[in-house]
Amino acid sequence: MADAWTSKLDAFLDGELSPDEMSALDAHVRTCPACAADVLGRTQLKRAVQQSGRLYSPSTELRQRVHQIVGTRQRAVWHWQVAALATVVLIFAVAFLIQSRRDHRALPQIDSEIADLHVAALASSNPVDVVSSDRHTVKPWFEGKIPFTFNLPELRDSDFTLVGGRVTYLRQTPGAHLIFQLRKHRLSVLIFQDRAEFRALPSDARPRQQAAFNVESWTQGGLRYFVIGDTTADDIHRLADLLRGSESS
Amino acid sequence: MSKERLTATFEELAIPLFDQLYNFAHWLTQDRSEAEDLVQETYAKALRGFASFRPGTNFRAWIYRILRNTFLTSRAGLKASVPLDSDDLAEPSAGPDTPETLLMERSQRLVVQHALAELPVHFREILLLCEVEEMSYLEIAETLAIPIGTVMSRLSRARRALRDRLRQKLPGERNG
Repeated sequence: MADAWTSKLDAFLDGELSPDEMSALDAHVRTCPACAADVLGRTQLKRAVQQSGRLYSPSTELRQRVHQIVGTRQRAVWHWQVAALATVVLIFAVAFLIQSRRDHRALPQIDSEIADLHVAALASSNPVDVVSSDRHTVKPWFEGKIPFTFNLPELRDSDFTLVGGRVTYLRQTPGAHLIFQLRKHRLSVLIFQDRAEFRALPSDARPRQQAAFNVESWTQGGLRYFVIGDTTADDIHRLADLLRGSESS
Repeated sequence: MSKERLTATFEELAIPLFDQLYNFAHWLTQDRSEAEDLVQETYAKALRGFASFRPGTNFRAWIYRILRNTFLTSRAGLKASVPLDSDDLAEPSAGPDTPETLLMERSQRLVVQHALAELPVHFREILLLCEVEEMSYLEIAETLAIPIGTVMSRLSRARRALRDRLRQKLPGERNG
């Protein structure tokens, strides 16, 4: 009689019978078509509920909220991220401070070295090694003496005159030192190959003060120019403008 | 156990159950935002009460019980209140029709979902715990705080009720 077994079919399919009962029921189902059909129906229902029951997925927001409630790990990650970020910010801040301090030191140092070169040249009994007011004489004279070439301005319509030039050195690097005359003042123009230590200098083409001299410097065509003298800042600037405009001459 | 260690243990046990708990909560409440509140409250309550959880006992049954109790005392839960004596109202059913065999022939997932959703909550939950969560009768008994005998009878009645619903939903197939 199938009824005695029917009451146990659910437990059988749920795997909740003892091993003995399981095998006994299994044997019965194989010989009883009614119970076999019943088992088939119940199995299908079980499977249908299983499949239909997995329906809803939580939102990402809820997942985050629950992680916040529970999360030691989330907190740890958060702390770690903040710590990493703070470290990066600190490194940048320190690097920036060091760099800017170095820059501030470099600025007056180079200007003062330029001033020294200017004064030393004027104090010399031979301020220039090539004596000529002709730029077409002075410029070729530097050939083979310095590792670069440069252009000199046409001065015919200006109140500046070229006195001459010499080879000079700034921090073990050769450069051109030119002397110009303006009224009774002598002005130096120093030209070097541009390099990293010059980058700290102001890029705006305005004269600045150095030991009562006016200095203007700029970079052009891979060269760093310095104009220095005891005349007014305006004079220095005019000479600098002439040099800047001499690029194509 | 230190508070931090306790929280870490709780996290290890509770987080893997998150998706299932949400699914179960949504089936109980039949509403996304209520399900979200329910899950959130469950985790908060469970974490607070975790010190009272006895290691070695069934954590899943423990947290499901918290979720279910929280649901029953919520607004949505009170609305769907469980008739406590319903287990004694066993109705003989299971006629010759076996609508479940029809499920073989076509995909009836949607029909089953509707039928499940329409079941009284105490039938719906026990079916989900048994079939979807694949809990043993013992785990179900712990979760619902009822004896195993009641688990068996309620499960049997829930299945019969579901079959009845499906039969109503598939009238054209009834005599087929």
